[in-house]
Amino acid sequence: MEKIATRISYGNALCELVQKRPDLFVLDADVAHATMTVTFQKAYPDRHFDCGIQECNMLGVAAGLASTGKLVFASAFAMFAAGRAYEIVRNSIGYPKLNVKIGATHAGISVGEDGASHQCCEDIALMRTIPGMTIINPADDVEARAAVLAMADYEGPTYLRFGRLPVPVFNNPDTYKFEVGKGVTLKDGNDITIIATGLLVYPAIEAAEELVKQGVNARVINIHTIKPLDEELVIKAAKETGKIVVCEEHSVIGGLGSAVAEAVSEKFPVPVVKLGINDTYGHSGPALQLLEEFGLTTDGIIDTVKKALNK
Amino acid sequence: MESKLSQLDLQITACKVRMGIIEGTYNAKSGHPGGSLSVADTITYLYSSHMRIFPDNPNEPTRDRMVLSKGHTAPALYSMLAQKGFFPPEEMKELRKIGSRLQGHPVRDKIPGVDMSTGSLGQGISAACGMALAGKVSGDNYRVYTVLGDGELQEGMVWEAAMFGAHYKLDNLCAIVDNNGLQIDGRINDVMSPYPIDKKWEAFGWNVICIDAHDFDQIEQALNDAQNKTGQPTVIIQKSTKGKGVSFMEDKANWHGAAPNEEQYNQAMSELQARLEELSGEPPAAE
Repeated sequence: MEKIATRISYGNALCELVQKRPDLFVLDADVAHATMTVTFQKAYPDRHFDCGIQECNMLGVAAGLASTGKLVFASAFAMFAAGRAYEIVRNSIGYPKLNVKIGATHAGISVGEDGASHQCCEDIALMRTIPGMTIINPADDVEARAAVLAMADYEGPTYLRFGRLPVPVFNNPDTYKFEVGKGVTLKDGNDITIIATGLLVYPAIEAAEELVKQGVNARVINIHTIKPLDEELVIKAAKETGKIVVCEEHSVIGGLGSAVAEAVSEKFPVPVVKLGINDTYGHSGPALQLLEEFGLTTDGIIDTVKKALNK
Repeated sequence: MESKLSQLDLQITACKVRMGIIEGTYNAKSGHPGGSLSVADTITYLYSSHMRIFPDNPNEPTRDRMVLSKGHTAPALYSMLAQKGFFPPEEMKELRKIGSRLQGHPVRDKIPGVDMSTGSLGQGISAACGMALAGKVSGDNYRVYTVLGDGELQEGMVWEAAMFGAHYKLDNLCAIVDNNGLQIDGRINDVMSPYPIDKKWEAFGWNVICIDAHDFDQIEQALNDAQNKTGQPTVIIQKSTKGKGVSFMEDKANWHGAAPNEEQYNQAMSELQARLEELSGEPPAAE
């Protein structure tokens, strides 16, 4: 299967988006060659503004641009867009409800060799606390491009999370439909539900296929929009399958696992087991080895499902 | 541009703006009168005689923008907007109260005439840069103003924005630094000196103009010079008096974030009322 990093998809999709929205502005913080907004920069140099290494100012500038009605994408690594600039996102974008899209790349430990200082596993938690913030974490190239294009007519502050590591393109571009806030059921099953997001969606499908061979029929749901969460789909899964495993390349504190647990515990309590980064920092190393070490793999998901079934 | 007011009319309006500041903070039993009073003359000039604004259509796309980066001085902005008819002056009594749209710090889309939500220091100037960039790229002729405190210059983000404004040659942007010399913890040069302010902005590539914040002729000249400057943004560094216009508040750090009690309110209002009568009693100035 072909593999593409969603940051590549992001750069390509911006070039399509400007066809629909000629008022698009793209900002970057000296990482255009890494976030891949460079693709857009080469094609539309007069609509790409490098802000240098100043993520805080970049997001403030984005707010000002958006206040005049422009569509703005501001890009940096997740660590700095969500982490360093958190309070600017909260006060200058979230609170005034400005139409700024934050294109955050290099999320999670799959950043790899750069190590923990750049491996942001806290961004979803941070962004979830901001009222009115939409959070989208696409699983592959098809979904990432569709999510960016959907921003043409989706108003309001939005955090889009992209990865550095090439990941399998499993969605069919001809049939895939993206809708903000709607989870996607990829496989039916009634023994347990695996909810996954981002680069763990494909391993979740693989895990479910393997589990079938072992007599376990797991449902697989792709949650690309972490906020607002598709509670209806999640609660339905809780009711019909009784147990949920949530898989994400993010801290087990405050991410999708927490969002699902919060929804389920209030509306239809069932066991929720979280697979993620267990309140720790990553470290340097090749991305695939890191994912292996932290259990964010097909085997890791299978183990977690078995653990959950024994609860 | 708005039609020019005479010096006398400007002084009368500024006096009314100051009364609104006292009215608002007294009724709220909180707020920031000191810095509001120090920027009152500049805000008065901007909205009365300089900026292109539309009180009947506050979000008119071609309007000039003003971002109050020192957002805690919202009473000055609100009081001015009320004088211009964006909302009734009586509403100043609702400042900071439950159910009021006059929030403690400015909120965009909630208060007519407020162009950007501010209050977290250092952020307003970045938003102003974004507005100015949008105008330049789109070929819109509006101008963008942003008012900062001198203590606010301690925020590193201000200098990120300063670098940005000069780099993108945002000559439609004018920053105004209200140099009243005081911040909550005391004199700015004792707490964390931002001096020399003029040389810092100059080094960042801005056109620097230094004026007296309470002299309308100097304000007018500076704003016109800023407008005529091409190729770089302008910063007007205005030497001001914190608490200006209310005798017992002048140049006192403790009036940064404290509201007058009833006795102080009465004294402040009678001083301003006397000033207003003195101004109004004079024969109209020949234009």
